[in-house]
Amino acid sequence: MARYDRAITVFSPDGHLFQVEYALEAVRKGNAAVGVRGTDTIVLGVEKKSTAKLQDSRSVRKIVNLDQHIALACAGLKADARVLINRARIECQSHRLTVEDPVTVEYITRYIAGLQQKYTQSGGVRPFGLSTLIIGFDPYTGAPALYQTDPSGTFSAWKANATGRNSNSIREFLEKNYKETSGQETVKLAIRALLEVVESGGKNIEIAVMTREQGLKQLEEAEIDAIVAEIEAEKAAAEAAKKAPPKET
Amino acid sequence: MCGKHNLLLETLASGLTMKLDTSGLESAYPVLRGVGDLDDAIQGAPAFELPNASDFDGFVKEAMAELKPAKGTTTLAFIFKEGVMVAADSRASMGAYICEWLHELANPAETSQTVKKIIEINPYMLGTMAGGAADCQFWHRNLGIKCRLHELANKRRISVTGASKLLANILYSYRGMGLSVGTMIAGWDETGPALYYVDSEGGRLKGNRFSVGSGSPYAYGVLDSGYRYDMSVEEAAELARRAIYHATYRDGASGGVASVYHVGPNGWKKLSGDDVGELHYKYYPVTPSTVEQEMAEVAGP
Repeated sequence: MARYDRAITVFSPDGHLFQVEYALEAVRKGNAAVGVRGTDTIVLGVEKKSTAKLQDSRSVRKIVNLDQHIALACAGLKADARVLINRARIECQSHRLTVEDPVTVEYITRYIAGLQQKYTQSGGVRPFGLSTLIIGFDPYTGAPALYQTDPSGTFSAWKANATGRNSNSIREFLEKNYKETSGQETVKLAIRALLEVVESGGKNIEIAVMTREQGLKQLEEAEIDAIVAEIEAEKAAAEAAKKAPPKET
Repeated sequence: MCGKHNLLLETLASGLTMKLDTSGLESAYPVLRGVGDLDDAIQGAPAFELPNASDFDGFVKEAMAELKPAKGTTTLAFIFKEGVMVAADSRASMGAYICEWLHELANPAETSQTVKKIIEINPYMLGTMAGGAADCQFWHRNLGIKCRLHELANKRRISVTGASKLLANILYSYRGMGLSVGTMIAGWDETGPALYYVDSEGGRLKGNRFSVGSGSPYAYGVLDSGYRYDMSVEEAAELARRAIYHATYRDGASGGVASVYHVGPNGWKKLSGDDVGELHYKYYPVTPSTVEQEMAEVAGP
């Protein structure tokens, strides 16, 4: 079969896989991405670096569909992401073809994670330099799900998570402020989390909302601006309330 | 890891050549094949040794013609209000010879024509056997393995749709190579009772009533005229039993024991296994004719 010159991912004396850890570094340098799971809505948000004037922003969508009911956002090397996404999309259709059923979120996450793992245990290749956030609704039970994979090939389910640049701060914020939300509240929570590390404004954030009935919907810049304005107003009101305690009667 | 859904990948990768789905023949613990094969999409097909014949197609045609006794059997299955009823005879024939099996080791003197034609894939799915016995038995067991692996990997039972599709894909990839399988996959899954017909030509049909085998025309006659959706389990079992009996009566390649199984929401259960000879006298009991009676009177005191 394919010949290889040298295995690239090998163990270090103290049990580390350095290539995998370096891949995680690459992820840490990527754009921030956040995912929040509500009861009937799941939201993905990605930091958007300001697009060049001449660039067609529609061709650099960072949140993509894997199937009608599954979406993915990632942080890290975008070229690696493209390859992984294509393989995942083929697998979604292949599954539909062979068992006449859509994939579950867990299945496709397991597939993507398995693929990422394979490239940490093969000769002559390097690991994928990206972590993914995969959201979707279970086609049988309708339950919402959010999963994260990373370059080592591990995956787990989350209520809310962040990856990429400053993901620790976002995760801290989410841990402090997460509660079961639905509908617009979930969207707001995701945007608030992202705003912790991203400059405020609709043009710096890309948000996609998935619902059971309507699948994935990318929010327009204007819509995002409106929600950001709402959030700022709420923040201001909270500040004001703190500064001037309510008068007691 | 994940199931190998090689069909689409291999077709895409290799243009139009149909690759055999040999995943059924791989062991559960594949030997490490060397580190080069990370890309399923560009992997070559495992080699398959063909018989050393100068005219392979002719050879295959001959082999298939030998097996042609049009699947000597009668099997049937139908969906009704309470689930799926599955029934089959038990005669296995090799051309003109009828096979007999020692029924149970406990009674070595007693032989009966019993071949298990209803195969238990797992506790909630049954498969029926028509055609080559070895083919049916092997591929049903293989299907059982795949269903179990699916359950373990996905923490949920495979649907009857999925199971029948897996089998149909395997059989399709061996199309033209002499497999002879005419099977029905019956089960109860999350969508309720389900019944599929799958054959070695690669056909797969979803339906409510099927009968497969050389005795099927006779079985269809009884089944179609007596069928009602809202039968009770006993009524449906009796209908299935009678249909098998009538088929064994007229079809020489069917006979032995009429087995009847019921698949309900909690899985399958064998309801009965009656010798069709005895069923005959049950349905058409012998009444002494008048001539015999006279003779009995004359022979009296």
